[in-house]
Amino acid sequence: MRRATVRVALFVVVLAVLWGLWEGYRWLWIHEGWTWPFRVDDTTMPHLADIFSALWGSASPGGVGPRLITVLGKGALFTAKEAAAGFALGALVGFTLGVFLAQFRLLQRGLLPWVVASQTVPILVVAPMVVVWANPKLPSGLQDWGAVALIAAYLTFFPVTVNTIRGLQSVDRRALELMRSYAAGEWRILWKLRFPASLPYIFAALKVSATASVVGALIGELPSSIPNGLGAQIINFSQYYSTEPRGLWATNVIAAALGISFFLVIVLVEKLVVRRAPENLV
Amino acid sequence: MSVVKVAGVTKQFGQTTALQGIELEITEREFVSLIGPSGCGKSTLLRIVADLIEPSAGTVAVNGKPARQARTDRDYGIVFQDPVLYDWRTVAKNVALPLEMARWPRQKRNERVREMLELVELQGFESHRPWQLSGGMQQRVSIARALSFEPPLLLMDEPFGALDEMTRERMNMELLKIWEASGSTIVFVTHSIAEAVFLSTRVVVMSPRPGRISEVIPIDLPRPRLATTREEPRFFELVTRVREALHLGHDLDRAVPPAQEATA
Repeated sequence: MRRATVRVALFVVVLAVLWGLWEGYRWLWIHEGWTWPFRVDDTTMPHLADIFSALWGSASPGGVGPRLITVLGKGALFTAKEAAAGFALGALVGFTLGVFLAQFRLLQRGLLPWVVASQTVPILVVAPMVVVWANPKLPSGLQDWGAVALIAAYLTFFPVTVNTIRGLQSVDRRALELMRSYAAGEWRILWKLRFPASLPYIFAALKVSATASVVGALIGELPSSIPNGLGAQIINFSQYYSTEPRGLWATNVIAAALGISFFLVIVLVEKLVVRRAPENLV
Repeated sequence: MSVVKVAGVTKQFGQTTALQGIELEITEREFVSLIGPSGCGKSTLLRIVADLIEPSAGTVAVNGKPARQARTDRDYGIVFQDPVLYDWRTVAKNVALPLEMARWPRQKRNERVREMLELVELQGFESHRPWQLSGGMQQRVSIARALSFEPPLLLMDEPFGALDEMTRERMNMELLKIWEASGSTIVFVTHSIAEAVFLSTRVVVMSPRPGRISEVIPIDLPRPRLATTREEPRFFELVTRVREALHLGHDLDRAVPPAQEATA
């Protein structure tokens, strides 16, 4: 209970410090008239209070229609759906691939370079292709958002594969000998020893992947002209940025909040699943 | 009947001869300690008996079967210097691990785990995690795990090497109690002369380069062994005997001219 209080207090303090840094920087640069690295004004760095209050204002510059936060909230939910599906798919594929590459060393030597190469492909270029290829094949319930989920999965699976391999192969030699003394076969060793031993590694990857899946979903939305997600709002507000910067900043805040909440869900699941000596956590 | 029979075992690691011409027979209910300086191959010998590594030459029989067969029949339990507990499992689940591997039904498993934890005096710690226990308690869990499926043979590789002297002496007493209660045969690797003499029915003294058995010393101290056994003149005589055997093995080793040793 006490530790929880400390945590909340720490969070508030850090938030206040960051707020102070932003506003302090803004004030100093405007006051001194500094222009390096960029000119500071209401367009480049709006007051944080303005950004947050814009959330409660109207979404359209004309001042009519629903509140900005309602519009962005709906977009965030849609993007979250894509990211969650992509994350689940990517984590599953990444884990399965990791298990096979770890169990069969020859396969690992042959395939791992290609898995690495897959991540050097510029996702922004591939994203519209995936949408064009995948959409005709997808059932109607999965149209558009399913294709974006595939792109999110593409960014998700890689860290999971790499860390699964590492985790499965990190097992202590004695722990393996113990299993051999029980005459355990490879697959029972995998299930009873390697898999539980690799969980801290896998969760470290899942935390990276959780935020990457949100980024993947946003990037997938941008070139594929899907109107329902946060990606469309980013394009929309970036067009008005020079006259109304608060919209893009607010979208930014919501996108970040989405990424953080994905991260926190994984942290929570890890807390429930991984019961390890404190020094053995990755 | 012989529980372990090692005949003409040699082990090469590349150019190094870790073991040469090992002959050793251990009969039922014996407590045999292997002692010797680092590099004498005592742990290697234990691992060969456990079929965790293979000998370069020679044969090992456990319970009258080849070592491989004995391993797949789960004829021995093993205890390492580190407890090697799985820290995602509770104490009870760690003790149950070999029973799970042997596919015991849950009910039988739970009963046995309770008995074993009673044997090593860890009742009440069932749902603790390994890292919440002291080193001595962890090693007791590891012993309970090794004994849980009642293997006829217990192999112990410096099980108390990481413990302080006082804990070690207490663990020695407990191990003897467990040994007498369980009726198993124990092969015990150690660095400590006093420990070997106190526990064993026979002490096998080994010497290095190449690893070989230099002497086998029967220990005729009365049973049960008590804390006061360590203060008896006979205990000191036997300790001295083992110590001299160790130094003899060592001196032979030293007799090699320095120049030749440097090129080795």
